[in-house]
Amino acid sequence: MKQKDIHTSQYFYLKGSTICVSGPLNIHNSAGFLHDTEAFFRSNPGSGFTISLSNLTQLDSAGAIALHSLQETAQHYDITLNMQDASEEITNKLELFRPVKNKTVATGKQEPFFYNLGDKAIHILNEYVVTFFYLVSDILFWSVRDVFNKKQRRKGEFLNQAVSIGVNALPIVASMAFIIGLVLALQSSSQLRNFGANIYIVDLTVIAMMAEMGPLITAILVAGRSGSAIAAEIATMKVTSELDALKTMGLNPLRFVVIPKIYGSLITLPFLTILASISGIAGGALAAYLYLDITPEIFFNRMPEALYQKDILTGLIKSIVFAVIIVITGAFFGFKVEEGAEGVGRSTTSSVVAAITLVIIADSILGLMFY
Amino acid sequence: MKQNNIIEVNHLKVSFDEREVLKDVSFSVSQGDVTVILGGSGSGKSTILKHLLGLFPVEAGVVNLLDQDIATLEEKNELDFYLKLGVFYQNGALLNSLTVGDNVALPLEQHTDLPPRLIEEMVRTKLNLVNLEDAYYLYPSQLSGGMLKRAALARAIILDPPLLFCDEPGAGLDPVSLAALDELILKLRDQLGMTVVMVTHEVSSILRIADKILFVEDGVIGFDGTLSSARKSSLPSLKDFFTVGTGGKKG
Repeated sequence: MKQKDIHTSQYFYLKGSTICVSGPLNIHNSAGFLHDTEAFFRSNPGSGFTISLSNLTQLDSAGAIALHSLQETAQHYDITLNMQDASEEITNKLELFRPVKNKTVATGKQEPFFYNLGDKAIHILNEYVVTFFYLVSDILFWSVRDVFNKKQRRKGEFLNQAVSIGVNALPIVASMAFIIGLVLALQSSSQLRNFGANIYIVDLTVIAMMAEMGPLITAILVAGRSGSAIAAEIATMKVTSELDALKTMGLNPLRFVVIPKIYGSLITLPFLTILASISGIAGGALAAYLYLDITPEIFFNRMPEALYQKDILTGLIKSIVFAVIIVITGAFFGFKVEEGAEGVGRSTTSSVVAAITLVIIADSILGLMFY
Repeated sequence: MKQNNIIEVNHLKVSFDEREVLKDVSFSVSQGDVTVILGGSGSGKSTILKHLLGLFPVEAGVVNLLDQDIATLEEKNELDFYLKLGVFYQNGALLNSLTVGDNVALPLEQHTDLPPRLIEEMVRTKLNLVNLEDAYYLYPSQLSGGMLKRAALARAIILDPPLLFCDEPGAGLDPVSLAALDELILKLRDQLGMTVVMVTHEVSSILRIADKILFVEDGVIGFDGTLSSARKSSLPSLKDFFTVGTGGKKG
């Protein structure tokens, strides 16, 4: 007597204990096939089935892998499964698209939390801290040595860098410092007026701009403007093998690319800082005139009494330290780039974030030292 | 279009700024064949390939692929059309920001509703086919030139396309890797029935896998025939390709 066909899905039907796969099995219906077979296995746990492929009309790689993965699903529901009746073409495809064992994913036990934490700490220490200090020592060594040794430096490169890092930043730095000086004085004026201490607006503006705000505004703007450019330039050079090319031409990439930038920023940043401070003080003077009736004449007459040599020096020392931080951070993240175009973007972002963070940390340390 | 012709190009003419690149190109490609487009630098091979891929608009003539006239391909049908083409670019053209596994999985993730587990297994299987199973988590920048090419091939065949285009697949590969790549392409053709159109200069590779040669010269098809007839051809420039390519002297 002919057994009755029991249709359980559009992809297969059951004939006794044989699952007959029918029609094509390909990238378009493999997901549905897997879904239906899993539902069928779930409702028949612990059984044994044979899969007949005689009615399978077409099979592609997705279908072949879906058929292979049935074994795993069946095991999950404690079902034994055999495949049969495959044509030579189907057998060849099943052989060609046999899933591979996942070799790369570790199946071992998870390491304890503190082990992972320590591992990460050592990785960060090696990858960032140690490499950073190596780079700093290399840069400082070559910066000092190359003052007296003009070999391996491109003629005019130092001047180019000075113009690009310092001179070109002047308009933005001066205008930002002017606005910040003006706002600083403006916000303080109402408080000072309450105490009748209007004249101290001069002390406040001058000390704040010279020792603190001038260097800080300059450094933050230069880090955003030139720090990112340094990181992007070096990262792109590394990705496009330009750094390797320099090395194989017998040139030290550090001396060739980074040292001129160090010189350029060391020379221009102090000047830029002084100009930013002057611009900020001018902004403060305008606010003092508009809101506290302190004429520019009174303002500038009071200035020598408020301004100490120490504050000017503090500002200059800060600017030199900030210049070194910006260039070294940019170079560090530039040299660290690893993966193509996206890596360049990531390095650039990291360099700006790190440079601004380090500048603010250095500012507070120097602020405490010169307090 | 004949029943077994998967590509038919008729009187294709292409000019760039009044410079005639393709003068009058007509040929057909049969299903299941490995067709090699051969020609000197600047002969117009890449222009033909780009027209076949629909990357350049057809200005004069007809380009018909898989029963679809490229010039009349509507935007809504573009996706279905491109899913049937696998393209293996010369430099790999893998996305640098994704791992090799993610690169190969990309068409599956974007165009199918397969579960992630199946997608991963498909990707691993295809990577295994090209002997790159260990590169699943690596980034393209960490691969050698040969590995990049194999990863690109794995991506090109992930959807089992009926039509595979290869642009200089052998460039920069050592002879052993090149032979392995040819063997794989033949296996794909035999077992999946893929039709392969290849632009290459590697004579050793051509001798191994080509069924048909299209020799492009000065913007026209100078020779269109089987590999054995190409080797016997009296066309001097084609003759030079085979003699110089196999280590003989030009003559």
